[in-house]
Amino acid sequence: MDLLRFSTAGSVDDGKSTLIGRLLHDAKGIFEDQLEAVRRASGDASAPDLALLTDGLRAEREQGITIDVAYRYFATPRRKFIIADTPGHEQYTRNMATGASTADASVILVDARKGLQPQSRRHTCIAHLLGIRHLVFAVNKMDLVGYDADRFAVLRDEILDLARRLGADVPVVIPVSALVGDHVVERGANMPWYAGPCLLEHLETLDPGTDTGDAFRYPVQLVLRGDGDFRGYAGTVAAGRVRPGDAVTVLPSGRTTTVKRIHTADGPLDEARPGQSVALQLTDELDVSRGDLLVAGALPRSARQIEATLVWMDDAPLVPGRPYLLKHTTRTVRATVTTVHGRTDVVTLDEQPAATLELNAIGRVTLACAQPLDLDPYTTHRITGGFILIDLESNATVAAGLVADSRPDDEGDVNSDGAPVDRAAREAQQGHRGGVLWLTGLPGTGKRALARELERRLFRRGVRVSVLDADTLRAGLSSDLGFTLEARTENLRRAAEIAKLLAATGQLVVADFVSPTAAQRAQVRAVIGDDDFIEVFVDGPREALAASDPHGLYLRARADEGDNDAAIDVPYERPCAADVVLDVSGVGIAEGAGELLERIGERGWLR
Amino acid sequence: MAASSPLLVTAQVIPETPADSEAPAPGFDTRTARLEAEALHIMREVVAEFERPVLLFSGGKDSICLLRLAEKAFHPLKIPFPLLHVDTGHNFPEVIDYRDRRAAEIGARLVVRRVEDSIASGRAVERAGPNGSRNRLQTVTLLDALTEFRFDAAFGGARRDEEKARAKERIYSFRDSSGQWDPKNQRPELWNLYNGRHHPGEHIRVFPLSNWTELDVWHYIGRERLTIPSIYFAHERPVVERDGALMPVCDLVPARPGERVSLRRVRFRTVGDVTCTACVESDADSVAAIVAETGATRVTERGSRVDDRVGEAAMEERKREGYF
Ligand SMILES: Nc1nc2c(ncn2[C@@H]2O[C@H](COP(=O)(O)OP(=O)(O)O)[C@@H](O)[C@H]2O)c(=O)[nH]1
Repeated sequence: MDLLRFSTAGSVDDGKSTLIGRLLHDAKGIFEDQLEAVRRASGDASAPDLALLTDGLRAEREQGITIDVAYRYFATPRRKFIIADTPGHEQYTRNMATGASTADASVILVDARKGLQPQSRRHTCIAHLLGIRHLVFAVNKMDLVGYDADRFAVLRDEILDLARRLGADVPVVIPVSALVGDHVVERGANMPWYAGPCLLEHLETLDPGTDTGDAFRYPVQLVLRGDGDFRGYAGTVAAGRVRPGDAVTVLPSGRTTTVKRIHTADGPLDEARPGQSVALQLTDELDVSRGDLLVAGALPRSARQIEATLVWMDDAPLVPGRPYLLKHTTRTVRATVTTVHGRTDVVTLDEQPAATLELNAIGRVTLACAQPLDLDPYTTHRITGGFILIDLESNATVAAGLVADSRPDDEGDVNSDGAPVDRAAREAQQGHRGGVLWLTGLPGTGKRALARELERRLFRRGVRVSVLDADTLRAGLSSDLGFTLEARTENLRRAAEIAKLLAATGQLVVADFVSPTAAQRAQVRAVIGDDDFIEVFVDGPREALAASDPHGLYLRARADEGDNDAAIDVPYERPCAADVVLDVSGVGIAEGAGELLERIGERGWLR
Repeated sequence: MAASSPLLVTAQVIPETPADSEAPAPGFDTRTARLEAEALHIMREVVAEFERPVLLFSGGKDSICLLRLAEKAFHPLKIPFPLLHVDTGHNFPEVIDYRDRRAAEIGARLVVRRVEDSIASGRAVERAGPNGSRNRLQTVTLLDALTEFRFDAAFGGARRDEEKARAKERIYSFRDSSGQWDPKNQRPELWNLYNGRHHPGEHIRVFPLSNWTELDVWHYIGRERLTIPSIYFAHERPVVERDGALMPVCDLVPARPGERVSLRRVRFRTVGDVTCTACVESDADSVAAIVAETGATRVTERGSRVDDRVGEAAMEERKREGYF
């Protein structure tokens, strides 16, 4: 006996709950005590309200609607069925998508009196989008239109037309009465003009098939390594088949090897097929870990940039440019939506311009990922073509993503309109701006410690940050320079140019230089540009700090950055127009770093 | 969450069991094989992404399947997480025996936390009266144990076919820092991509048997040749009829005045707190006979649990509070 998963959908009051209740009841999928509870609740024991069988939660009973996907199970001698019963209200479209994501077939309800409602169109569109090939329409309440064959024919044409426009396979359309029971499990005698199958009969016989291509896809879940030399890569076959001796490529490394053995607790297998959970043992000792993809046949496309359709599932709308976590197979990376191309009106199937996507909206977008992913189009591979987005703060699953079919002009990592990888693209991808925080001040003010602390904190927040200081420069790039005022000015010019280059690649640079003269600082600002420049004057009671410098940092700093005759009283011109003035001697380094973080935030550099 | 670092589970290799010539061929198109594969996938995801998973093991039939799946998911290694039993003190001795034997057999670490102790320490207050089962009190002990060991994922054997509120529960069921389930605010679960992200103090209950039915469980026990506590098989036992159910008579469940005790041939479909677990009349003395009987039964297994009948919304109430 095999298994069929199907989802059900329909507008409110089309009779979905009644239909499922009828299916369970007539297929004997209901237990006596369940029926008893329903009889008690219906108040009419002779005609129990079958819809009550499927309305679960108290909140739903109160509001009288189905608010979440509910799973039901029943079996006939031919098949076990898993029903994902999805809610009808428009605001629960996300639940519809959830139910459809694992379904082999979708049963869509249509009220014979009302015809195709916007919500039925929406459901059809989503079911098709999520790759359900078997669309089954139940035209319900036929009893209320006098079992009229002509009315059914009109609706049927409407439905077939919708499927055609979507590019879906020809659906099966069945006239039913959920209330009376016609064409659900039993044929009944009310519609002799209908020659097709009953709903259950059709569900029992349709071939779920596989929607995966021949190409083998195997995301590695984890490495099982024993004391001996056992090493198995545990995973579930996402597509294709694999046998011992088959050559496979490990992505992203691109190395190739062969499958030595297909391990399971029940003994080795000759072949593993889609859906099967096994552990693959490989011939070569390669560095394979969770998140890697073993493939054979046509290679997936490796890209940082993804063209995809998103179904937005969170109350908070999509924020382009904001970093989210993207979970694809067993790999999770940071990603941002760089462009929203448009939103699909699922009723007219037209695309409208959109700047964002709200709850239940479906739209086409471009995403940029922090690391390249190995992607297949969703239409050929559900598993390697689907992903979810997770909010970094709330941890909520905010969107379902379907990788678009690749177009012939998709070359490598450039998006289809040939956009360059420029500063804006980089910043959008990483979710923060590049820029330079220039720390000026006398040695011994805590400037260096402040720079390091700030770097640590930004790094922990996922910001691409680095500290640039005199030591680093003097050790290499500026090893040719001496310590005359001219040489020091040249050193600062080089520092400014490097900081500028780094900022242009999206880095946040914390520059730690005494830069004693106003002229030097003006030059630095001119090189970097006002937009990317924050001047921080680190002030402090100098004499006191000099005395309390037990590690000799002060002296080293003096020899390095001070005048070439090591005079402590190098003329330092106090800045009079610094963006931030900070004295950490009183508040401490941590507080100072916090203050700076805030100022960077205020400038909008962190998003 | 352990990020994408290579996860190396290091443990002792258990020798592979020789192929059993009588065992049915592991064909993959059967529904049992598909349900098993789904459960293995889920368990491996949890081990890869959580720091401290635990498996709730009571010695009941669902958790017996769960444990078997855990063995198979990480074979040939040992199960990479401990087992936890929340002991109500209202036990069937056969089940506790079985629990200890099975844990020792596979070399797993078994942690037991007792509702008694929660009551003694005043963390839980026992309800008196005829429906004074400890099912509800279990929640306190369970949540305390999760906190004590900082478990961030707990495998449970709950199935969606058991009850209406469960029918809507996700495979990864997110619980806030007080263990509560918010049925209105569940994370969408797409394909086989599970989102286990949580903040410190929050945890996820994981239900690998979500899509199994009672019959699937029995099929699996048969297919895997699992031993089960003897009370699942038909046996003679003194019982009383109470509110239309057959209650086993023992120290904890004495016959009430006026009730007639009779000796019947019965078995249990579910084992929980003795004080609220009813049995059914049966002659089924083998797994095959139970499968046949289960296929033909017209009453849900929760129908044999008195505590679920207290109110239509009884289960949902308890689940919101953090019950399994
Ligand atoms: N006459 C008639 N009424 C029906 C039929 N199916 C459902 N209904 C009624 O339509 C109403 C809505 O049904 P329900 O199943 O709750 O709809 P849902 O919101 O789609 O789940 C109820 O009053 C049902 O009794 C049908 O085939 N014929």
